[in-house]
Amino acid sequence: MAKISLKVNGHSRVVHTDPSTPLLYVLRNDLELNGPRFGCGLAQCGACTVIIEGKAVRSCVTPVRGVQNQAITTLEGLGTVAKPHPLQKAFIDEQALQCGYCMNGILMNAKVLLDKNSNPTAEEIKDHLDPILCRCGSHARVIRAIQRAAKTMVSKA
Amino acid sequence: MDKKDISRRELLQSTGALVVGFSLLGDSPSLAQQQQIPGLAGVPDGMASYPYANPDYLDPTALDSWLAVTQDGSITVYTGKVDIGTGIETALGQITAEELDVPFHKVRVAMGDTAKTVDQGRTAGSQTVARAGPQLRQAAAAGRQELLKLASARLETPVDKLTVNEGVVSVIGEPHRSISYGDVLGGKQFNVRITANGIQGAMVVAPEVRPKNFRDYKIVGQSVPRVDLPAKLTGEFKFTSDVRVPGMLHGRVIRPRTAISGVPTVDETSVSHMPGVKVVREGTFVGVVAETEWAAIQAAKTLKVTWPAPANKLPFTQDEIDTHLKTSKSARDTTGAKKGDVEAAFSKASKTFEATYHWPFQMHGMMGPCCAVADVRGEMATVWTGAQGPFTTRDRIAALLKVPKRNVNVIFVESAGSYGRLTADDTAEDAVVLSRAMGKPVRVQWMREDEHVWAPKGPQQLLTAKAAVDGEGKIIAWDYMDHSFPWSESQGTPQLAERQLGAKTELLGNPNGVNGGGEYYDFENQRVTAKIIPWPQDDPSPLRTCALRSPGEPPRNFGSECFMDEIAAGLGVDPIQFRLRHLKDKRIIEALKAATEKAGWTPRPSPAPESTGPIAKGRGVALTIRGNTIIVAVSEVEVEKATGKVAVKRVTLAHDCGLIINPDGIKIQLDGNVMQGISRTLMEEIKFDGAGVKSVDWVSHPVIRFKQVPDVQVVLINRPEIPPSGAAEPSIVVMPASIANAVFDAIGVRLRQVPLTPQRVLDALRSKTSVSAKA
Repeated sequence: MAKISLKVNGHSRVVHTDPSTPLLYVLRNDLELNGPRFGCGLAQCGACTVIIEGKAVRSCVTPVRGVQNQAITTLEGLGTVAKPHPLQKAFIDEQALQCGYCMNGILMNAKVLLDKNSNPTAEEIKDHLDPILCRCGSHARVIRAIQRAAKTMVSKA
Repeated sequence: MDKKDISRRELLQSTGALVVGFSLLGDSPSLAQQQQIPGLAGVPDGMASYPYANPDYLDPTALDSWLAVTQDGSITVYTGKVDIGTGIETALGQITAEELDVPFHKVRVAMGDTAKTVDQGRTAGSQTVARAGPQLRQAAAAGRQELLKLASARLETPVDKLTVNEGVVSVIGEPHRSISYGDVLGGKQFNVRITANGIQGAMVVAPEVRPKNFRDYKIVGQSVPRVDLPAKLTGEFKFTSDVRVPGMLHGRVIRPRTAISGVPTVDETSVSHMPGVKVVREGTFVGVVAETEWAAIQAAKTLKVTWPAPANKLPFTQDEIDTHLKTSKSARDTTGAKKGDVEAAFSKASKTFEATYHWPFQMHGMMGPCCAVADVRGEMATVWTGAQGPFTTRDRIAALLKVPKRNVNVIFVESAGSYGRLTADDTAEDAVVLSRAMGKPVRVQWMREDEHVWAPKGPQQLLTAKAAVDGEGKIIAWDYMDHSFPWSESQGTPQLAERQLGAKTELLGNPNGVNGGGEYYDFENQRVTAKIIPWPQDDPSPLRTCALRSPGEPPRNFGSECFMDEIAAGLGVDPIQFRLRHLKDKRIIEALKAATEKAGWTPRPSPAPESTGPIAKGRGVALTIRGNTIIVAVSEVEVEKATGKVAVKRVTLAHDCGLIINPDGIKIQLDGNVMQGISRTLMEEIKFDGAGVKSVDWVSHPVIRFKQVPDVQVVLINRPEIPPSGAAEPSIVVMPASIANAVFDAIGVRLRQVPLTPQRVLDALRSKTSVSAKA
């Protein structure tokens, strides 16, 4: 067990944990942030994605000791039901999900994409999200939702 | 703990209070306390269900079991059905709001708690709107009637002079004389009896009350946005895996990749260096429990377990299983259609056709492996699970713990989309066994390999087809047979942990359905049969089976609709024209025409004229009827000749399920069924051999991804005069045949084995070259 200092969604958090613990379990069980999800534990599906220093990272295979004091953003850091991020709003407008279990991975990766490319084409979105799995088959609406979000974000910028 | 929230349960149980306080349902003002409902006076004859004598179930003849009204006029509707990501929470809310004349946002749907909801049967087979819909509609209509009666007394005006708008009752023509539902009954109970005959999905609720005419619908039929989606996009939504109760431990269960034939050797010293880790062993069951999830994961990985070699009477390869399916005696035949004299018709045939189609074991592939939390306290237990049948899980847990059903409270909390997989609830049993051993609440989260290897699967199927055609090119005899295994796990049979503790399972199980074999065509002589071949092995096996999205039908339809296509091609007739020759049902004909028109289908026989470039293009059609829902798919594909890779570029669907409750809700589900259908048709098969299952993760078992998304066009046919039948799910049934027919159209060679992998397509292309070289 060790004392680990984390910077999550702009807040400093301290947890006492085995430093080899993957970040996912610390976020979920110690900090009760349910946004990142357990899908495979093998970095194969993307459901656990968080953004660390601007990059999409699979938290299920990232030991917590390696990300101390780096800026970690989880889904909770994007927005809330009361005050959704434009991406979240666009997904609601497009009704772009079904069970929603994979949505964390899709939204976090979409956020990273839009941060680099404010107006991605459908092909660019497909390329970027190809490593993320969705079993309910919301893919077409996801692409539309990201393009819708891009439009609103550009018009607001 | 919320006192009000457990009041129903406390009333149901005289054996003591529950200890765990996790409320899925939140505040509710007036939970039905039907055991307190006084007196029988005034209950007319014919309401024979009362007094309701079964304390294991909530009384469906009490209106308070279905509805509660708060002081602000909000409505809670209670249902034993559960939302597994398909939007039924929204659809059932629409039905309830419509019937009560309240705004949609004023209705909350409380789902799947065995202590708080009526058992309406498992959530499966797209039957929720079709079966639970009318039950809730009638309960809501009874509620409206009662609210009007109460309002009538308060307003001193006869009911027929009253009207309801947005939950406010007013005197017709005198809108200032009004009273809201909240003021009429808020926070109090109805204390009213309704009729409820039959059980679960077949229950007929309050037939004595007349529901609204569909012509007056304002909320039903609208694309109301789904209520569950916003919180699923922010992390505020609570899935099963987010359930945390005080003092909860984390458990993992260790199982091999093969059948379990005996007690394993366990070297507990292998984890003795890990602080706080406990090993739990019972029968052939081996689990570990730890204080943190990571410790449990590592302990499960580290614990040395040696499994005895399986006492295996199991065929080892897909081919061997096909042989087994073909040569074994059927335990029971299910008949899908039987008409005329098939044998006699064959003797009069001018041409006959015959083909065999193959379908592999496939998986549901939940994005989140199954998960449950159990808290066993002596004779009592609470379980949080994503089960599609909370009551089924409740009954199994009661059997496992050898306690009365009422001692077990199963609370549904939504999991990742399960597509039938959670008709079998494994982690609930795992968690109960571990919680009982530890005397503390335990959460069990299966790992990815657990889910891939041990989740019950859609069984392998073998389809054999024969047809006789007359001189006019019309099918005069159709003989279609499905050879497949029954489900071993879906129907309330003991699950893995229970079996590992010694419970026996009924070997035969339940049939994998019979629909989708061409029974909707009007052939003079017709036989559609499903043979049920018993699974040749007693031990718990990774090839255990359960309902998988439209169970059995995608394979049967793959065979039957490809066969129709083969005959059409053999006769040189356009596949649509050929189908129309054999269809009488006006709804099917209309759907077929709608889909082909939207797809821009121009008549010509298959295959398409040979292309010269690197890509061969083709189009294919398939249709089916499931329940009372008609679905037609036209798929357009491109086949890369050099690699054998198939890409589905466009899919056009026509969908007729009678009355549509929520058009956009259906469209999302259609998108999903198309994607999953393509994935299962082109990519998915579970690989295994004598050493066990080899499809253990998303690398060894790939599924469809973003780059493969096709353009999807949908024609929704709304028939408000026809009661709603199961929506959207039937669309997965027609995907395999429409794709395979399109591949034939493109390359001129027939593939009769799913999945249509690049290798199989390449082999087909090569066989064609060698045939034409010989010719």
